[in-house]
Amino acid sequence: MNYLFNTWPWYISGPLIGLTVSLLLIGGGKMFGISSSLRHFCAMALPNTRIEFLRYNWKAEIWNIMFVLGIVIGSFLASAFLSSSAPSLLPPHYHSVSGAIKLLLGGFLVGFGARYAGGCTSGHAIMGLSDLQPSSLVAVICFFLGGFLMLGIFQIAGVAL
Amino acid sequence: MSQIKFIIMGIYFGILLIKSDVASWFRIQKMFHFEEAHMYLVICSAVAVGMLSVFLIKKFKVRTINHQDIVISPKKFHRGNIIGGLLFGMGWIITGSCPGPIFAQIGAGEFMAAFTLIGALLGTLSYSYLKPKIG
Repeated sequence: MNYLFNTWPWYISGPLIGLTVSLLLIGGGKMFGISSSLRHFCAMALPNTRIEFLRYNWKAEIWNIMFVLGIVIGSFLASAFLSSSAPSLLPPHYHSVSGAIKLLLGGFLVGFGARYAGGCTSGHAIMGLSDLQPSSLVAVICFFLGGFLMLGIFQIAGVAL
Repeated sequence: MSQIKFIIMGIYFGILLIKSDVASWFRIQKMFHFEEAHMYLVICSAVAVGMLSVFLIKKFKVRTINHQDIVISPKKFHRGNIIGGLLFGMGWIITGSCPGPIFAQIGAGEFMAAFTLIGALLGTLSYSYLKPKIG
């Protein structure tokens, strides 16, 4: 039983994550992707906006919001019932004002970048690469380049994340 | 309620985000510092399984459980793939999460991730506003 409560090894968890692609395609006729939900939330919150990109029928994409709701429930279940101790997901020093600022700014880059790139790690790295999409390969390479670039900037500036 | 199945699929994926440790800031740091292969192996094995499934779905013209055709629309290349991709990566290493893990961290009780979510929503909103100018 310990196996269940520890971190699942990559050769179990990785392939199971990959199965989400066919689960959504065959089970729901939907392409895997999560960052679109952020757009739907914005559209939902601003029903009378003049911003063209947020004027669409988000209700037709409600499945995406349901999927995200499921992620929240599933991760709660996993941490409450499938973990020997509460999983540590963010470092203790992020539980501070400076941590909140880092998360806000970093989150901004994630949200802005994902929409500009047309997808995130799920839509491009998993779904797009699974479908051998060249634009997804470019995006994924840039995801990693961006991370390494940021790492370099922090190291040159002598700042620890 | 045809939507319930999507909640269940989300639960499946949410459990995996936590149990694979992909939603952990520490794993993301170790990935970018080349300290361990875990993240790379998770991503590569997930993509391998995804590729095989898409290949089989196309080859055997698999249909959905509701007997509808499966349509996989191509993602057209544009400069956003590069610029947006770079910005995304910068945010990825700082927050230690991407859109899926943001929701997984919140579900697992990591309340600070609410800041990441607010940031991500503001980022999405800003992009939406700027889209006519930056394409």
